[in-house]
Amino acid sequence: MTTSTERPPFDMVAFLRTWGTTLFLLLLIVVFAAWNPRFLSLRNAVNILTEVSIYGVIAVGMTFVILTAGVDLAVGSLLAFAAIAAAWVVQAMGGAVPQWLVALVVASFIGLAAGFLHGKSVTWLKVPAFIVTLGGMTVWRGATLILNDGGPISGFDDGYRWWGTGSILGVPVPVIIFALVALAGHIALRHTRYGRQVYAVGGNAEAARLAGINVKAVIISVYVIVGFLAGLSGFLLSARLGSAEAVAGINYELRVIASVVIGGASLSGGSGSIRGTLIGALLIGVLSNGLVIMHVSSYFQQVVIGLIIVAAVAFDAYAKSHRGKV
Amino acid sequence: MLDLADITKRFPGVVALDGARLSVAAGEVHALLGENGAGKSTLLKIFSGAQACDSGRLMFDGAELSSSDTPVQRQKAGIVTIYQEFNLQPFLTVAENLYLGREPVRFGLIDHRRLRADAKAVLEGLGLDLDPDMEVSRLNVADQQMVEIARAMTLQAKLIVMDEPTAALSPREVDILHRIIGELKARGIAVVYVTHRLKEVKAICDGYTVLRDGRFVATGRVAEIEVDGMVRLMVGRDVEFLQRPPHREPAEVVLKVDGVSRKRGRHEARGTSLRDVSFEVRAGEIVGLAGLVGAGRTDLVRVLFGADIMDSGTITLNGQVVNPASPCDALKAGIALVPEDRKQQGCFLDHSIRHNLSLPSLKRLSRWGVFVDETAEKALVEDFRARLNIRMANDGVAMATLSGGNQQKVLLARCMALSPKVLIVDEPTRGVDVGAKADVHQVLFDMAATGVAVIVVSSELPEVMAVSDRIIVFCEGRITGTLDGFAADEETLMGLMATGRAA
Repeated sequence: MTTSTERPPFDMVAFLRTWGTTLFLLLLIVVFAAWNPRFLSLRNAVNILTEVSIYGVIAVGMTFVILTAGVDLAVGSLLAFAAIAAAWVVQAMGGAVPQWLVALVVASFIGLAAGFLHGKSVTWLKVPAFIVTLGGMTVWRGATLILNDGGPISGFDDGYRWWGTGSILGVPVPVIIFALVALAGHIALRHTRYGRQVYAVGGNAEAARLAGINVKAVIISVYVIVGFLAGLSGFLLSARLGSAEAVAGINYELRVIASVVIGGASLSGGSGSIRGTLIGALLIGVLSNGLVIMHVSSYFQQVVIGLIIVAAVAFDAYAKSHRGKV
Repeated sequence: MLDLADITKRFPGVVALDGARLSVAAGEVHALLGENGAGKSTLLKIFSGAQACDSGRLMFDGAELSSSDTPVQRQKAGIVTIYQEFNLQPFLTVAENLYLGREPVRFGLIDHRRLRADAKAVLEGLGLDLDPDMEVSRLNVADQQMVEIARAMTLQAKLIVMDEPTAALSPREVDILHRIIGELKARGIAVVYVTHRLKEVKAICDGYTVLRDGRFVATGRVAEIEVDGMVRLMVGRDVEFLQRPPHREPAEVVLKVDGVSRKRGRHEARGTSLRDVSFEVRAGEIVGLAGLVGAGRTDLVRVLFGADIMDSGTITLNGQVVNPASPCDALKAGIALVPEDRKQQGCFLDHSIRHNLSLPSLKRLSRWGVFVDETAEKALVEDFRARLNIRMANDGVAMATLSGGNQQKVLLARCMALSPKVLIVDEPTRGVDVGAKADVHQVLFDMAATGVAVIVVSSELPEVMAVSDRIIVFCEGRITGTLDGFAADEETLMGLMATGRAA
């Protein structure tokens, strides 16, 4: 047996697997900045970060789901439903309680409850997560349209709008919330018993069960988390736009899943991190914004983002088989 | 018809076959016998083309076979193998399976009418009452096996190899299978029959060949030998295991298993029904569960651990009924299991050794039961690394990088860290190299010495005999005997395992 203390030779594939997305992100920033200096302006940076924060909050939750080898396609619709239901309750309540408090509580609660339903369907009805949440995607969007006949609800007060447009020491409120959510997610996954259980369930569900983990409870919990964060994101988005729209959050599920996957998480579960998801979400945000600045059409943006997702996953698969050959 | 000579096959670190041979005549049913690990499966794979041998001569039907043939080429030559895991497409019909890849074609499209007619003819020729239009997934195991045999007929097989064909069959289904084998024989087709059930060998086989440790031991006519004789040929070898130090006076009963029964579920691909299993294990005692593959040992330990739920019976731990409803329950009660299939059921291969080892102990290792105290966790891993002599670069590397023996030690450590009252180890040294085997056994002895009740399931008889104070023998889901671990001999055990009676 060779001594275990000697340093292994530099492994390019392993290095790129860890830092490739970060390098790509930096490269994009350099290219866009060179193209148009306005890209690096403070205003644009704040703009990008705020955009990213809205779906980044959900991406943190989606990381938990994908770590258990699940997926949630319903987050975009759920966001819209939570936002419009919250706005509807705000309207109905009048002014007795602060608007933002009512909306925050209602949106979060709806997210939690819907997530619980999704999780329960996955574990109890044994329907694959893909199907459950595909159904959820349609159901919540439909419910959103029913609630206000497809029209938006607006007319929020300043207290409500602050959550989307205000700032503390120059940092927009959604960005602060995203940072807090990401930090909490990171700590939960890296440093708590619960986080270990999430990784274990995704890594090998049967082994996790035989190690005494309540696999079903863990699975339900991750859908509750992502549901809650979708509700929160709906609240932030309606506060930012000043209205709750029935068409809000369309295609968000793709952005969110792409963030997690570009961030290096495996769809078969058990590997991934909040750090990676953060980079993935930023990469998509920078790319969308940069392409706009370069006057690339929004149709073409979709093509580029799609290609990057496939490339990221293909590289991951290559890196895995590369490791297997050693 | 088939003549294999001097077959040698090496795997890294092991010689699987060393000068094995086998001769089978046309129209003969030939039993290939040997203990687990004797090399039967490897030999089957070599003549069915799934593996190439390192050296040796393969003659079939008067011609020499190239050792680089693929299974498809061997099938064309007339050698068809029916493995324990069937090779059928569950959502196609019987007829479609029979001619898969060779469907009759008309105008470039599959000629369904002819397909059905051909299939019907083959099935009737074998005297099988199967509907060609039935989807295979709706057939029971025995009928699926018949489909496999019928497919071999459509391939113009001259030699059909059956690997443990009766392992999953009821006695009545075994009779039907044997009748079909008689039919094949009458058509001049040779059959190589691999089984542990020696009564069946007496009933239907003409010749036999025995392998032991990859070497040829004997061949002859079944009519000229009794079951006892076959057992002696299969077993006879030196015990190479560390013998357990003499055990202490038995202490109080820790685990009491009373009348446990469980019927195998309809949708379970494997498994054996348990019938009224009762026994006790005392503190500091090591009890070995012996039996053939499919005798119900694993099914029993899964019930004890709450991984499967029993239909009736009681499990008592230190006088209290536990009847675990989940592994979580069992662990809380103090019953720990190192499962049979290390990779599928035990390891998180991509995760670090540390995370693998500490997972069920995290509650104890966490502040307020929430935040993992990594210092304490690392100390725990380091403690077990030193105690069990686990060889690893550091505790952060992936479990997949460890050898089988070291993985097994990590899983043992995972259980030991919980300070269980009962430790169950299913196949403690499967796929573990010789050096680590002794280490693993030493761990079991040490655990017993601290008063833990230890249950060991092993398919290797020498291992069971070396580690057990008492051996409980299973056959077809029942206990067929209990022997003193120091007085037991392999022949008696083999008899109880294979026939339910002492040989």
